[in-house]
Amino acid sequence: MTFLCEIWGFMRVRKKFWLLPMLAVLLILGGLLILAQTSAIAPFIYSLF
Amino acid sequence: MEILGISAFYHDSAAALVRDGKIIAAAQEERFTRKKHDSDFPRNAVQFCMDACKKGSPGPDYVVFYEKPFIKFERLLETYFAFAPNGLESFRMAIPLWIREKLFQRSLLNRELTKLRPHTKWDKKILFSEHHLSHAASAFYPSPFGEAAVLTTDGVGEWATTSIAIGNNKNLQIVKELHFPHSLGLLYSAFTYHAGFKVNSGEYKLMGLAPYGEPKYAQRIFDKLLDLKSDGSFRLDVSYFNYCAGLTMTNSKFDELFGCPPRKPSESLTQKHMDIAASIQVVLEEIMLRMTRFASRETGLRNLCLAGGCALNCVANGKVMRDGHFDGIWIQPASGDAGGALGAALAAYHIHFDRDRELSSPEDAMRGSYLGPDHSQIEIEQRLEAAGAVFHVLGDNCLITECVNALESGQALGWFQGRMEFGPRALGGRSILADARSPSMQSVLNLKVKYRESFRPFAPSVLREDVSDWFDLDADSPYMLLVAAVAPSKQTRMTTEDQKRFGIDKLNVPRSAIPAVTHVDYSARIQTVHAETNPRYAQLLKAFKQRTGCPVLVNTSFNVRGEPIVGTPEEAFQCFMGTQIDALAIGNCFLRKGEQRPELANNYASTLEMD
Repeated sequence: MTFLCEIWGFMRVRKKFWLLPMLAVLLILGGLLILAQTSAIAPFIYSLF
Repeated sequence: MEILGISAFYHDSAAALVRDGKIIAAAQEERFTRKKHDSDFPRNAVQFCMDACKKGSPGPDYVVFYEKPFIKFERLLETYFAFAPNGLESFRMAIPLWIREKLFQRSLLNRELTKLRPHTKWDKKILFSEHHLSHAASAFYPSPFGEAAVLTTDGVGEWATTSIAIGNNKNLQIVKELHFPHSLGLLYSAFTYHAGFKVNSGEYKLMGLAPYGEPKYAQRIFDKLLDLKSDGSFRLDVSYFNYCAGLTMTNSKFDELFGCPPRKPSESLTQKHMDIAASIQVVLEEIMLRMTRFASRETGLRNLCLAGGCALNCVANGKVMRDGHFDGIWIQPASGDAGGALGAALAAYHIHFDRDRELSSPEDAMRGSYLGPDHSQIEIEQRLEAAGAVFHVLGDNCLITECVNALESGQALGWFQGRMEFGPRALGGRSILADARSPSMQSVLNLKVKYRESFRPFAPSVLREDVSDWFDLDADSPYMLLVAAVAPSKQTRMTTEDQKRFGIDKLNVPRSAIPAVTHVDYSARIQTVHAETNPRYAQLLKAFKQRTGCPVLVNTSFNVRGEPIVGTPEEAFQCFMGTQIDALAIGNCFLRKGEQRPELANNYASTLEMD
């Protein structure tokens, strides 16, 4: 939560809202990749793609 | 108020502790982990700083990281967008690392600090400085100046690659910035890479190589690689470089411009490499001079502080000093990213918390940069005994006499005294010393003690009161960051035949009364020794002068190629036993090589990595 507040603050101060979609995609993909490597839900992630 | 500064996760991670604006402790992580330029979270250096906190305190009041990761990430993303579709490979390597940990730096710091002090709520104590503000603060606040212009130049921080700031007592404000990809540090690193040296560590080798060459390519660099303005700002032609989106510094267009590909580390250096090194050195000096002249004009101030990786280019620093636009110049000894830890803590104290600055003058506030760990005499004896060393415990005067005897007879002396230096230079705390008058000492030290390239020069330590008799310098240079010529009265005239020599051939011609520290262009990287900050080292130099008439010694770092400077008595002993160092003084313990057990000798030379 602190991270989300900070990144929002950063985008507001630096007026870099256009980074939001890019960041969101990267974080979701990154999260999925990490899960795919380490958890039992890996087989289900495969079917998403 | 105690503030801990941290720099990490790029290269040269370090920690520094500031108490009520005073610098208490600072150390680089590599000295503990023995991994050169270690970039991990500096847990050992942080632990060392926490141990230096007030007794009974739960730890520092605040922790400051030296740069802002979000802005750095923004720069990364914008650069990838600008160069897309190029740079996919670099993107694939960098982004997962950021998504996994670097973007969550607060959590990472919190986690690491909690491991060291589990009962403290670190999250509320963590602050972030800016990269160039940290450098500027590390240069201005410890300086002996009440007000000064501050120039910081390095590869890149968040966006800034160069900044000019104005410091006035506790206030420090950045007034001009040059942004990525236009970077003096990266330009110099590109040539470092092309010459076959490691980026972020081999830059000083390129500087040492420059005097062997002629600046034949300087005009080509000015014409093709950059558009330089009168104020020292410039724009690079990025089509010659590959660092924005690639995994190398230069590209084939750069190779074509200079007529050769990057040198492989196994290939030998040619005259062309030396000429290119000389050329980029001339370009760097011209840019630095224009920047400092502009800073002088713009601010009207008479003092200059320097920091950032480029401030370690002591040849350029010497030229800036002799340029005469400033009355006083002060350079942060830990000018690289390690010094950012110290700057971040000082910036938080004076800028964020608005606390007054107590000016340290005439000496600066770095206390000789002897800010690292030290060892008591009892501890040294116990550790040496455990290591199997044979040593004599001598009184203060007797130790100095034995050391002078060793030095006078041409021996290399390991010198491990007091607190360890903060910054890349050995300043008489963890040094190897030798007689500067010996014509063979330069090659002996390079090949048999340090196991490094024969072209590399050594630096002199000289008593402050004697510096102007031996060098073309009459100023303090306690951190070995100014280069000046050996005094004309000490120079030896070369024969016509010697003058015709080229490149490495120049090396074998003795050119002064102190040939071991005189580079081929008669220059020397000078350290002035001050009794106020290092009394024992000053005493040694005085005794050596009394015996020989020469107040100058060779001073090189106590390590071998590819290793960090030694940090403990055991490491000093191991290095002593693995090299041709003849004698070793650790505290009041004196060791002679001939008295050691032969089975403890180790073979360093075969295991060394390139540095």
